[in-house]
Amino acid sequence: MIQHVTDPVLEVHDLTVSYQRKPVLWDVDLTVPKQALVGVIGPNGAGKSTLIKAIMGLLPLNSGYVELFGKPLDEVREKVSYVPQRESVDWDFPASALDVAMMGTYGSLGLFRRPGAKQRQLAMEALEKVGMQDFAHRQISQLSGGQQQRVFLSRALAQDADLYLMDEPFAGVDIATETAIIELLRQMRETGKTVVVVHHDLQSAQDYFDWIILLNMRLVASGPTDETLTPALLEKTYGGRLTELSRVSELLHKKNFPIRETKPPRK
Amino acid sequence: MNLDAFWIILTGALVAICCSLLGCFLILRRMAMVGDAISHAVLPGIVLAFLFSGSREVWTMLLGAALLGVACTFLIEFFHKKANVPADASIGVTFTWLFALGIILISVYAGQVDLDQDCVLYGEIAYVPLDIWITPSGLNLGPRTVWIIGGVLVVLLLFIGLFYKQLYLTSFDPAFAAAIGISTTLWYYLLMGAVSLTTVAAFESVGAILVVALMVGPPATAYLLTDDLKKMLLISAGLGTLASAGGFYLALWLNGSVAGAISVVIGLQFLLVFVFSPSHGLVSRRRKPALSAQG
Repeated sequence: MIQHVTDPVLEVHDLTVSYQRKPVLWDVDLTVPKQALVGVIGPNGAGKSTLIKAIMGLLPLNSGYVELFGKPLDEVREKVSYVPQRESVDWDFPASALDVAMMGTYGSLGLFRRPGAKQRQLAMEALEKVGMQDFAHRQISQLSGGQQQRVFLSRALAQDADLYLMDEPFAGVDIATETAIIELLRQMRETGKTVVVVHHDLQSAQDYFDWIILLNMRLVASGPTDETLTPALLEKTYGGRLTELSRVSELLHKKNFPIRETKPPRK
Repeated sequence: MNLDAFWIILTGALVAICCSLLGCFLILRRMAMVGDAISHAVLPGIVLAFLFSGSREVWTMLLGAALLGVACTFLIEFFHKKANVPADASIGVTFTWLFALGIILISVYAGQVDLDQDCVLYGEIAYVPLDIWITPSGLNLGPRTVWIIGGVLVVLLLFIGLFYKQLYLTSFDPAFAAAIGISTTLWYYLLMGAVSLTTVAAFESVGAILVVALMVGPPATAYLLTDDLKKMLLISAGLGTLASAGGFYLALWLNGSVAGAISVVIGLQFLLVFVFSPSHGLVSRRRKPALSAQG
């Protein structure tokens, strides 16, 4: 089930990517509509992060191409924002939350201009949107995992793009942060933005996204959520492992167990 | 203070500022030992420059050294990225090999090369005032080394001042930097070029070991004192300057090596801060649990 759209925000055409000659993505061909919340879903090692990195031009492509807003990335870089995995950086780095948020404005500054009052203002507004304004001057190692993730999001918001690509923004965050982030993503969609999110929790995927990309090295499906999150397609994506998975998630659904441990409020 | 002492301290301070500014970016990239690598890897460059030009003219030597310095960083990055060798192993294998090559060259051409590897490793900052730059008209401009290092410092201040945001972002989050169109490769090589330039300009007078000490010591100490990179740069430059002045007088008092004394002062600074730093020190870390228990 691969549904293509006309006038896509993101088009991936016949994309193949490999690490050390071992293919990670094979012949992926998909389009993503405007103003959508898109979930990229698949088992571990399915190439979800690789797909995002390949779209952002961070990996060499073996074949195929990527177009954003109908153009190559270099022509529309300021309209595209990337949120890397939280573990990809050193959080002991000497920087405050505001410093990190301000990095989102660097792309618009060119080679020589330094961030000034206007960039500081934009960064502060971005921190407010994620509820982190009170922590602006806190050193980033003194933030909790969820707060660090919010700071990462604020950096992308400060960039004020039209398409956002987020790598596992819900990994290792508390439930309050997850709710706050998804609320924010919905607001962003209302203002016409498109958000692509790498996600691995099948249960919440149903509620969160209106467009789903099912990936397991090959593209299994790409289309509206109710047409893609079907038992048959999930079976195809997860292979044998799904039967167990779906039984567990059904159980969770019925008994209404919390899927994550909630963090006690910090004093 | 006599004039010689002034020149020696000034040279030490200029080298210290250059090294510690760059060192801040290096330790944040977990590449602190790159300074060590470059300062050793330049040896074959110096010997080859000497063998090809046949003179001990300082500019050809500097050029040979700088070329090898950049080649060294290129090899480190190549082994690390293309062959997936861990960064520290890649640094280690590259510079020991290049340094050994230099030693073999010196020993093979011993008769023709008036070079001494001890001089490369340890330098001699006390000789700085002996090499005076005198213009053709007879004007005494002071030691040549001071002018060379001073020039390098101006270049570095411009480099860091103009491109602070690029250096900051590519050190913190290379993937995001690349995503917004800031080339991580370009800024890596520009930074490594700056490290090469500084090392080459500095090691002739202060020696490779002191260059390494200044590149790692003051930034590591400053790292324990602040959570802000701009302050870290200022503090480490200050600590480096203090160490070179303190080291000079320590050496005078002990009648010992100036470079050695400066390194000792750097080590003492680090120990003091490690114990007493208000945020990261041993003492404050001990006391913190007690304080929060009261509050």
